[in-house]
Amino acid sequence: MLEIHELFAKVEGKQILNGLSLSIKPGEVHAIMGPNGSGKSTLGNVLTGRSGYEVISGDAKFNGKNLFDLEVEERARDGLFLAFQYPVEIPGVSNMEFLKASVDARRKHLGLPDLSSFDFMKLARESSQKVSLDPAFLKRGVNEGFSGGEKKRNEIMQMMLLEPSLCILDETDSGLDIDALQVVAAGVNAMRSPARSFIVVTHYQRLLDYIVPDYVHVLSHGKIVRTGDKELAKELEAKGYGWLEEEGV
Amino acid sequence: MSDAIVNRRQSLPAVMNPFQQHALVLAGQQVLSDGQSAILQTLRQQCAENFKRATWPGRKVEHWKYTSVQALKAYESAGWATPANLPEGFCSERLMTLNATRLVFVDGALDLAASDSMPAGISLFSEANALATQLISSHLGKIAGSVDLSRRNLFAALNSAWTADGLLIHVAQNVILEKPIYLVYINTGSKAVANQRNLVVMEQGANAQLIEHFLSTSAEAPDSGFVNTLTEIHIGQNAQLHHTRLNLEHESAAHVGAVHVNLMRDAVFNGFTVAEGSKLKRLDYQLNHCGQGASLNFDGVYLARHDQLVDYHTCIEHRVPHCTSQQAFRGIVGDKAKAVFNGRIHIFQDAQKTLAEMNNRNLLTSDTAEINTKPELEIYADDVKCAHGATISQLDDTALYYLQSRGICPSQARMMLSFGFINELLSGLPVEDVKLWLENWLRNRFSENRSLVSDIKPRVNAGADL
Ligand SMILES: Nc1ncnc2c1ncn2[C@@H]1O[C@H](COP(=O)(O)OP(=O)(O)O)[C@@H](O)[C@H]1O
Ligand SMILES: [Mg+2]
Repeated sequence: MLEIHELFAKVEGKQILNGLSLSIKPGEVHAIMGPNGSGKSTLGNVLTGRSGYEVISGDAKFNGKNLFDLEVEERARDGLFLAFQYPVEIPGVSNMEFLKASVDARRKHLGLPDLSSFDFMKLARESSQKVSLDPAFLKRGVNEGFSGGEKKRNEIMQMMLLEPSLCILDETDSGLDIDALQVVAAGVNAMRSPARSFIVVTHYQRLLDYIVPDYVHVLSHGKIVRTGDKELAKELEAKGYGWLEEEGV
Repeated sequence: MSDAIVNRRQSLPAVMNPFQQHALVLAGQQVLSDGQSAILQTLRQQCAENFKRATWPGRKVEHWKYTSVQALKAYESAGWATPANLPEGFCSERLMTLNATRLVFVDGALDLAASDSMPAGISLFSEANALATQLISSHLGKIAGSVDLSRRNLFAALNSAWTADGLLIHVAQNVILEKPIYLVYINTGSKAVANQRNLVVMEQGANAQLIEHFLSTSAEAPDSGFVNTLTEIHIGQNAQLHHTRLNLEHESAAHVGAVHVNLMRDAVFNGFTVAEGSKLKRLDYQLNHCGQGASLNFDGVYLARHDQLVDYHTCIEHRVPHCTSQQAFRGIVGDKAKAVFNGRIHIFQDAQKTLAEMNNRNLLTSDTAEINTKPELEIYADDVKCAHGATISQLDDTALYYLQSRGICPSQARMMLSFGFINELLSGLPVEDVKLWLENWLRNRFSENRSLVSDIKPRVNAGADL
C-alpha cells in the first residue's frame, strides 16, 4: 500500500524529516506517536503534497506509484486521504458543495458515473448521521463556526464519502470528549477492511483502546525510533517519550 | 440651502467642456408637465447653475482621482433616449421572479406593460396628488442637499437639473409594506442619455424593502447609454428600510449613480449593493445619521474584469450621538480592470458614543488589474469607537490546499474560493429570492469567466493612510 524509504524533507529551510522509513500493507492500522514537533504533521503534509513541504531525498510509493510525481489532487483521487489536525474554515462555500465536488472528482477518476444531486444529498445526509453531525451542517460554510469536535467529525464524514484506500488521521482525537472520540473511532472501525489501511497519528494512548493498531511507531526528530505493538503505546503513556529520546538518538 | 451665498464664494464658472455644454442643452429640451410643482423648476435651475460652476472631474480633483470620465465624451451629442420596446420574454428571463410590486423603467420612462399597478403611496412626480406634492416639496433635493457643498457630487446636481419627472415612494406612519418594491431600470443599448430620479419618504415606524435593479438588453454596441441616477431616501423615526441595489448593466454602459439617505432618530438602514464594472461606473452612497440611536448596516460587492471600471465612494456622516454604522465591501478585480473603494466616515464633534466599523477586502486576480482602496476617517468627537481595515490579497493557500487534498483541481478550487469570498456577504440579504438569484448570478459569473479566478501576484495601490 505505502512504502516510504529514507525520507528527508524540509519546511521553510528547516530539515524536519530525517530518513524516515515506513511500510504499510493493505488492511493494516499503524499508529504514530511522538512528542510535539517531532514531525508527525509534516509527514502527512509531505505525503499529500502540501506546498512548502519539500522532499530532499527518499521516496514514497503508494500502490506502486511514486507519490512525489503526483499533484495534490491526483494523490487524493488515487485514494490518499488526510484528516487534518486543524481543518480549514472556508466561509461562503457550502459544505455540501465542497463534499460534492470532492466526491465527483474521486468518482470520475475511478470511472464511476456522476451521482445526481438528489442521490448525493441522500448519501451526505446518511454520512452526517453516521458521525452524529446534524445535517444542517451540510448547508453551512465548510467548517465555518464549527466547534473543534464538529470539525473532526466533518473530516471523518469526508473520509466516509471518499472511501480512500489509505487514511491518515492527524490527531483526530485531540481535544475530543469521550462521546466524540467514540463516534470517530466507530467511523474508522466501520471502514476498516482488508483493502484499506490507516495511519493514526495521536498524542494519546486512549484512542488506541478504540482503534486497535497493528503497529505502534514512535517518531522522534523526524524519524521512527521504535516500533512495537499496542503495548508500546501504553508504555509511552506511562513513561513519556524521554527515555526513548535518550536511547534512540 | 443658501445657494446665493455659496455662489458668491465660488469663482466664476470655468469654460465648460463640450459634455457640460451639451448636458445643459439636454436639460433645456425637457418639457415638464403642467402638474409639476414649482419646487421642481427651482431645483432644476439651481442645480443647473451648480453643475455649471462645479469643477470637472480630473486627476487633481480628490474624489475623482482614480476615475476618469473620458467615457462621457461619447455622449457629447447624444440625445435623450427614446424608450424602446423590450424584447420578447426579456422580463421573464432576465428579471428576478419576486413576490413584489414591480415597476419597470425602460431608458428612463415607466413601461406600463411590464409594470404592476402602483399601490397607494407610490406615484410619478407628474401624477402627484396634494399629499405627494407636499412630500416632494419638503424632501426633493433636500436630502442630497444636506451634504456640505464641497462634498457634493456634480452628477447629483446634473441629475436634479435633468429631473423632469421621477418616482415617489411614500410609506406612511407605522405602515409595514408586505411586498418588497422592485424597481427595474433597463438600458436598451442606444447611445443616448437617460435620467432617473427617486424619492423615498418613510414616515415614523414605517417598514419596507426596496430593490433597485439596473440591467441592459443588448450587448453589441460599443457605446450604449449614459444613465445618471439619484435616489434620495428619508427614513423617519424608528422606521426601517432594506435597500438592495444591483448595478449589473452591460460593460458598454456608463452609469453614475448616487443614493443619499437621511436617518432620523432610531431609524435603521440595511443596505446591500452589487456592481459589475463597465466603461464608467461610479456609485456614491451618502448616508447621514441625523437622529440619535439610528443605525445602519451596509454591505457591498463589486466585480470587474476586461477593462472595466467600478468606483464606489461611500460617505457616512455621524452628525449626532449614539449611532452605529457597519460597512463591509468585497471586490474581485481581474484582467486590466480597475476598482476604487473610497470609504469616508465623518464623525462630527457632537456625535459621541458613535460606533463605526468599515472593512474592505479585495482579491486581485491578474497583475494588470488595479484596486485603489482608501479609508478616509474624519473624527472630531473623542468618545467613539471606530475601526477600519482594508486588504488586498490573493486566495488563501491553506484553503486551496485543503480543497485539492480532497481531489478538487486547482482551477475549480480557485473558483470555489472566489465565489465563497463574495458569497459570504450575500448571506445577509433579507429577501430569500434575491439572495438565491444573486447566488446563481455569481455562480454563472465564476463558471463562465476565468479572469476572475486566476491568481497572479497582485500589484498593490493602497491609500496612503492605510
Ligand atoms: N509550515 C511550517 N513552517 C515552519 N515550520 C514548520 C511548518 N510546519 C512544521 N514546522 C516545524 O516543523 C517541526 C515539526 O512540526 P510538525 O510536523 O507539525 O510536528 P508534530 O505534528 O509532530 O507536532 C516543528 O518544529 C515545526 O515548527
Ligand atoms: Mg501535528
